Amino acid sequence: MVAGEVAVISGKGGTGKTTISSAFAYIAKSIVLADCDVDAPDLHILLHPEIEQTTDFIGSKVAVIDENLCTMCGICEAKCRFNAAHPPRIDPIACEGCGVCEFVCPARAIEMVDHKSGHVFRSRTFAGPMVHAKLIPGEGNSGKLVTEVRKLASTIAKENEAPIVLIDGSPGIGCSVIATVTGIRIGVIVTEPTLSGIHDMERVLKLLDQFRVRPMVIINKHDLNPENTEHIEAFCRNKGIEILGKISFDRIMTESMVAAKTLPEYAPDHPLTRLLQDMWARVEEVLAEVRTEH
Amino acid sequence: MIITVASGKGGTGKTTVAVNLALSIGKTQVLDCDVEEPNSHTLLHPSDITSVIVTAPVPVIDSDKCTLCGKCAEFCQYNALFVGKKGVMVFEKLCHSCGGCALVCPEGAITEEERPLGDIHRSQIGPIKLVYGELRIGEPIATSVIRAVKGYIDPSAVNVLDAPPGTACPVVETMSDSDYLILVTEPTPFGLHDLSMTVDVVRTLGIPFGVVINRANIGDDGVEVYCRENGIPILLEIPFDRRIAELYSSGVPFVQEMPEWRDRFRELYEEIRRIVDGSR
Repeated sequence: MVAGEVAVISGKGGTGKTTISSAFAYIAKSIVLADCDVDAPDLHILLHPEIEQTTDFIGSKVAVIDENLCTMCGICEAKCRFNAAHPPRIDPIACEGCGVCEFVCPARAIEMVDHKSGHVFRSRTFAGPMVHAKLIPGEGNSGKLVTEVRKLASTIAKENEAPIVLIDGSPGIGCSVIATVTGIRIGVIVTEPTLSGIHDMERVLKLLDQFRVRPMVIINKHDLNPENTEHIEAFCRNKGIEILGKISFDRIMTESMVAAKTLPEYAPDHPLTRLLQDMWARVEEVLAEVRTEH
Repeated sequence: MIITVASGKGGTGKTTVAVNLALSIGKTQVLDCDVEEPNSHTLLHPSDITSVIVTAPVPVIDSDKCTLCGKCAEFCQYNALFVGKKGVMVFEKLCHSCGGCALVCPEGAITEEERPLGDIHRSQIGPIKLVYGELRIGEPIATSVIRAVKGYIDPSAVNVLDAPPGTACPVVETMSDSDYLILVTEPTPFGLHDLSMTVDVVRTLGIPFGVVINRANIGDDGVEVYCRENGIPILLEIPFDRRIAELYSSGVPFVQEMPEWRDRFRELYEEIRRIVDGSR
């Protein structure tokens, strides 16, 4: 059986994605973890992975000019749409690897070479196997790297007969998030009762709808603004979206992170731990439902 | 002057710092470059909004001229073209608008057509001129919308840019050409980790920067130690205050209710001004 993928996403950053997904990781029995927030990954801070294998990620090609052959004619500069070609040099940060400059260069002075833009790690943690990655700062192609991470996580899940891949996603709705949610079963959206949290949740919900992913919503710090929380609840009710749970503002969330521990291991008897256990049980239930629908 | 507020980790308070700083300075322009999830307008509440569409060119195939030779698809690095037996399929969302396919087509069968990717909204709110971009939902490539927002930078004014989270290309696109970068973080292991990743990006760009620690009393001293060891100035510390969080949640910039903070932000601006003038 192919593992069902569940991603924790949010739209807005800093709503508690990693704190919640790491807690789920600790609670869940047989899972493979994937940190798809490749340009600011944090899950490893709580799960302390032991890296077993590192692979280079070749995200794209980049143009290189042979200065000895370049005649400084300027054609590449005129045709490059990314403002990267400035003969006799190419700005490797601006270059998107399209190959137009190589094609138009009359002196054949430009070559496209493989460009390493990150690493993919296969690791072991106390919560199960984990795949994570690190984009070299400033690089593009984070969507492609996310896809690599998911592919490897699914392969490992198959090998280990793990039924679930749990993904910690990135904020936003662009290429990384699209690469994260394409083809997954459940998107758990962590929001907060702020105007920006609501705004961003609505956008990411539309994205999940476009990709036909079943949404579930967690309202974190719900007591920070009861009125906004009511608004989110009413909004979800109207759209038929299940609220997975509400988490009250509690310093224990930050304390456990500062201790570099997942919440359930830091505070096993805390009411929040029990709440998260119930939430995860419900995710597994819904995943079973979604699987039979497909 | 261009001051960009960035962070690495999401939700550390970029928008809070950008908007409160702008309000404290007075006559400024706020440009929200977090086009995937723009939030500045949730604090500034623009009413009279002028909008324009951001487009990018994508290929259009003239099937009468196309011989299905496949050169366009072979050239495309982004798998945006697929040449089948009956015609060419264009996957517009994968297209990076490089124009290569039109160049390589031996039949001259490819032209380009503008396709909407996002929207730019502009509004005047008191002394603040707000420009924010919005990537349309389902579109993966944010950079052209960010570039379009930056097109509104007024070189004669104070421009405060609100950057997206992360350390990938949209962040670099936002940061480039800035005179100064404010990196907002929180004093936790996540905040520190993502700050250090952002510092790596910033060092390659060579732009002067400093750190603002938000919710300064919630975690540990990791960020402070890191800044001290790496010679990074800590510009401002904003303590965790439930009132600030509650004001933010209802869309109120806290300098409006806690005016003593106006002076702090104003001092922050003066300090940045001195650094920027000194490095010119």
